[in-house]
Amino acid sequence: MSGTRPDLPNGAAAAAILAAGIGCGTLGVLAFAGDASETVGRLLNFYNPTGTLSGVTTVAIVVWALAWSALNRLWRTRNVALGGVNAAAFAFLIVGFLLTFPPFIDLLQGG
Amino acid sequence: MEITTRDLVTVLHGMGFGALFMLAFSGAIAELYRGVVPGRPGRQQTLLVAYLISMVVLAWLTVLSGAYIVYPWYRAVPPAGVTDLSEYPRRLLLSSGRTSEWHNVGMEWKEHVSWIAPIAITMVAYVTLKYRGAISRPPQMRTAALGFTVAAFVATGVAGAFGAFLNKYAPVRGGSVIVLMNGEK
Repeated sequence: MSGTRPDLPNGAAAAAILAAGIGCGTLGVLAFAGDASETVGRLLNFYNPTGTLSGVTTVAIVVWALAWSALNRLWRTRNVALGGVNAAAFAFLIVGFLLTFPPFIDLLQGG
Repeated sequence: MEITTRDLVTVLHGMGFGALFMLAFSGAIAELYRGVVPGRPGRQQTLLVAYLISMVVLAWLTVLSGAYIVYPWYRAVPPAGVTDLSEYPRRLLLSSGRTSEWHNVGMEWKEHVSWIAPIAITMVAYVTLKYRGAISRPPQMRTAALGFTVAAFVATGVAGAFGAFLNKYAPVRGGSVIVLMNGEK
């Protein structure tokens, strides 16, 4: 296998980067939703011994995988503006960190 | 010298998978920072890819063993009438205002934020494997890989640190006893 791949379109990388951001952001949104709403929390209880965490993480992984697959199909043969992709991915990543941080969740809920 | 099965699995989760994953970050960050430079021997790039794939496996083993083996023991509900909460860590922490925030902040954050690590490091490994030396041309690809590697490191650090503290204040105990060695006295 070659050590460098200069002619490969960057679309596959862009898809993976943005999808990872979307997965992390989804994790945060679901963690927040599961904490804020008892109904959502119950719906996300896929496996009782693990509780809401089972649904939060399963759905986040499914969303990540679907986003990666869809974006890869769209972009794999193209070159994409990576600056914008990175900005969006890092924004989603920050959402993921903030919405899993309990004091921030409490702040949003007015607690 | 004895250990219970729950202690053993918890050690495997935290020190076996989690700590090994944490230790691997310094190498991954240094190699990605150096840029998977074009012109470096293919063998070195193959080693980095193998290194990252090992990290991916460790990251997923850590979160899956944590969420589906250790966490159910942690959040187990004691039967009615039980007053000794030593085998029910979540209830033990919540039973006192001096320890409740270890659960409300520590465990609540740890259990979710740790999942950022496997998602992030899987992406980094994939991009590095696919693009190899081309990852730094343009530099934004390497920036994303480095940024997500650092994010995975922070998430793992938070989870690992709170895991250590939680295990100090309310360790997961129980299960059958494994005798490792018999002492003289």
